Amino acid sequence: MSIEVRGISKHYGDFVALGDVDLSIPTGRLTALLGPSGGGKSTLLRIIAGLEVADTGTVEIEGVDATRLPPQRRDVGFVFQHYAAFKHMTVAKNVAFGLEIRKRPKKEVRAKVQELLELVHLEQFADRLPAQLSGGQRQRMALARALAVEPKVLLLDEPFGALDAKVRKELRDWLRRLHDEVHVTTVFVTHDQEEALEVADEIVVINHGRIEQVGSPEDLYDEPANEFVMGFLGEVTTLDGHLVRPHDVQVHTSGERGGVPGTVVRALRIGFEVRLIVRPEGAADEGSDVVVTLTRTFARSLGLEVGTPVWLEPEQGARVVPVRRAPAAALDGDVLGAEGALV
Amino acid sequence: MAESTLTRRGRRGPLTYVLRVLVLVYLLLLVAWPVSLIAQRALLPVDDPGGLGPFLERLTEPSTVYAFNLTLTVAFWAVLANTVFGVSISLLLVRYRFWGRRALSVLVDLPLSVSPVVVGLALVLAYSSTRGWFGDALGSVGVQVVFSTPGLVLATAFVSLPLVVREVVPVLEEIGTDAEQAARSLGANGRQTFWRITLPSIKWAVLYGVVLTAARSLGEFGAVKIVSQGAEFNGETATLLVQNEYGAFNEPAAYAVALVLVLISIIALVVVTYLRPKEDRA
Amino acid sequence: MSTPTLAATAPGSGPAGGPGAPQRGRRRPRGVEALTPAAGLGLGVAMLWFSLLVLLPLTAVVVTALEGGWGTFVDVVAEPDTRAALLLTITEALGVAVVNVVVGTVIAWVLVRDDFPGKRVLEVVIDVPFALPTIVAGLVLLSLYGPRSPIGVNVVGTREGIFLALLFVTLPFVVRTVQPVLIELDADVEEAAASLGASPATILRRIVLPSLAPAITAGASLAFARAISEFGSLVLIAGNVPGETEVASLRILKFIEGDRYASAAAVAFILLLVSALVIATLDVVSRRVARRG
Repeated sequence: MSIEVRGISKHYGDFVALGDVDLSIPTGRLTALLGPSGGGKSTLLRIIAGLEVADTGTVEIEGVDATRLPPQRRDVGFVFQHYAAFKHMTVAKNVAFGLEIRKRPKKEVRAKVQELLELVHLEQFADRLPAQLSGGQRQRMALARALAVEPKVLLLDEPFGALDAKVRKELRDWLRRLHDEVHVTTVFVTHDQEEALEVADEIVVINHGRIEQVGSPEDLYDEPANEFVMGFLGEVTTLDGHLVRPHDVQVHTSGERGGVPGTVVRALRIGFEVRLIVRPEGAADEGSDVVVTLTRTFARSLGLEVGTPVWLEPEQGARVVPVRRAPAAALDGDVLGAEGALV
Repeated sequence: MAESTLTRRGRRGPLTYVLRVLVLVYLLLLVAWPVSLIAQRALLPVDDPGGLGPFLERLTEPSTVYAFNLTLTVAFWAVLANTVFGVSISLLLVRYRFWGRRALSVLVDLPLSVSPVVVGLALVLAYSSTRGWFGDALGSVGVQVVFSTPGLVLATAFVSLPLVVREVVPVLEEIGTDAEQAARSLGANGRQTFWRITLPSIKWAVLYGVVLTAARSLGEFGAVKIVSQGAEFNGETATLLVQNEYGAFNEPAAYAVALVLVLISIIALVVVTYLRPKEDRA
Repeated sequence: MSTPTLAATAPGSGPAGGPGAPQRGRRRPRGVEALTPAAGLGLGVAMLWFSLLVLLPLTAVVVTALEGGWGTFVDVVAEPDTRAALLLTITEALGVAVVNVVVGTVIAWVLVRDDFPGKRVLEVVIDVPFALPTIVAGLVLLSLYGPRSPIGVNVVGTREGIFLALLFVTLPFVVRTVQPVLIELDADVEEAAASLGASPATILRRIVLPSLAPAITAGASLAFARAISEFGSLVLIAGNVPGETEVASLRILKFIEGDRYASAAAVAFILLLVSALVIATLDVVSRRVARRG
């Protein structure tokens, strides 16, 4: 294991940022810390980097107890959401900073900087100032700067959070490819489940200062440990007091096989799929509406349209998680509203 | 940004012009005209020989040269002390949390609100050899503070104390800690982070503060008047000389020195105006 | 310049920030830490210097002022000439503050909202009174309004002269505090008011002036404080006739020259109190504004 975190807690006044967290991060993998804003994932990353001091617990990096080490002696590369560019230095000087601090020979520094700038495709910008770069370029510079000192682990705090959607997607793919080339143990923080699912080898879901689940993207999507994880990764809908993925809901046009009776109140065609909003029998308002997604062909074969009576049941073998409380309160309002996207 | 409704719509009532003229007249009568008259008085005195020659002669009188030398010496030490103090206290106020921090940040501004005469009085009451609290102690080690150069430095440093702090604190807050933390994570220790990252990011603010401090130090009068002997070749700074010469009915000399001080202030002002935009560019 | 923090703090993103909403630390600034030993040492040294230079001498003033007991203090202040000096100083300072409220706001308005050739020069002219040494400021005014005035006006030794000098040295305060607020003032808000049918006068009274009020108050307080404590520019102009044109700072000087240090300290103590009051007012104003955000 590359990073061993044991019993870490951190409070800000009354606010519990992290409560007794244990975590092992494997060597050479790309791990995402995923969770909603304020859930403690950035704090955990900063504690690993030594930028913040935990109230209790220990951090071990590559077998060395780093709990009491200052950041400059932890051998970690850190990339900040807002780039933290050294604005008064050129791109090349930024990248060279860590090496110059370590008093490496000039020739070696120059070669290493050149190599890294090529790696992040900024070789033609070496003499520019950060202010003359775009956001995506600045973040690549920051990455090169962090990689220059050959850190044992690379930590990225919402690295793409400040970029616009298109650049974010490009950089995401690029980070994945970069990691396949460099193989340094990498941990990045994100609140974007799509980003985590797409890029990471392993995902750690953090909420309210607790780790909810650790696993591969497939594990988390197919076998969420609880309703929070299920709601946070991918779409969910509530059917008969259970959380279920909208595409895991079976639709029948007759009630002979059972299921929850209801009526189609809306049918939206979105690309190749059809999204049905079904209001269960006896429900007064949209509060308990169920979302179902089907292929167009299937929807057409059933002749579904607004007003059609239908019976719904979860697919055989689909992951279903019971809702503990009323749907609105079951998940954190912000989580569901933000990423769980019912409609 | 902040294009005004008035100018953006090009809708200018007569009131706009009335206000404009009002402001121009007020500033002309209060500032521009009197200040420009200084040059005339210095170069073309009413009853004395005019021209550049006599003007320079007045400035090269030994007592005048002494006064400028003393002023420069005092300003140098005051600026040095306030720069070191100002940068340190700014870093402490912005980057650390400690008991009494808020109180300190209010107190640091205090010297700007204290009357220069009170500053002088305060220093006399604390350090004068005859009646100061520490007079005896200082006297026994042979140091005279008040009525000698150290007193002038203290008085000058007192009145210009907050100027560097006020420039540096907002910039430190603005630049945030990301870059410093990045430097830390790249292996820089505290000293390296300060010299390579923090200081370069605040250098314009520091310079700005230094210019303001220097201008204020060169021109300080009230506090200096109280703690100085104020006599020719004996603690007479440039500003004291202006008063003394004017009082001795030697107006041309007073105006000559005053013109130099005016020019220094205006140069400082222009430098500072020129420095400002640089900060935004960073 | 002394601009109290009038800017609003950026509101944290709501709890339900949409997907991809930038996530900024909303608890407290990152990287602000408790004192390290090195920083603690630095703080100690800085505090020592600050105490020796500022706090201790000012304490000496307060102690000296009250040494002889409350009665002595009151006696000094109640002395006719001293009382007249204090009264004159405060009246003049109040008058100067009031003029600055009006003129300073108008100047700021013209600088921000009007546009004409040479406006940039005005920016420099505004700051000249700050930059000039005070004794030179006095001399500057004497060149136009002194014994040899080219326009035949001589204000030396008059209360008008004192007023003029105080106007000169306090010119930038209101202008420089109001100006940034006026720049930041959203023109949209004024346009919204206009679209709702408000006349320019109503917009000024109901929308613009309320937003400027804290800045104007702050600027006026600073101008008042400066006027109370002004010394250098008055030395040559005021004339110093006790009971007539002698202001508080010159009264202190007279006491010092007459070796009456306790009396000097008593008057100085009053000036310090007024300064402290002004600082406290400013602090309250700026905090209230920050809260209102």
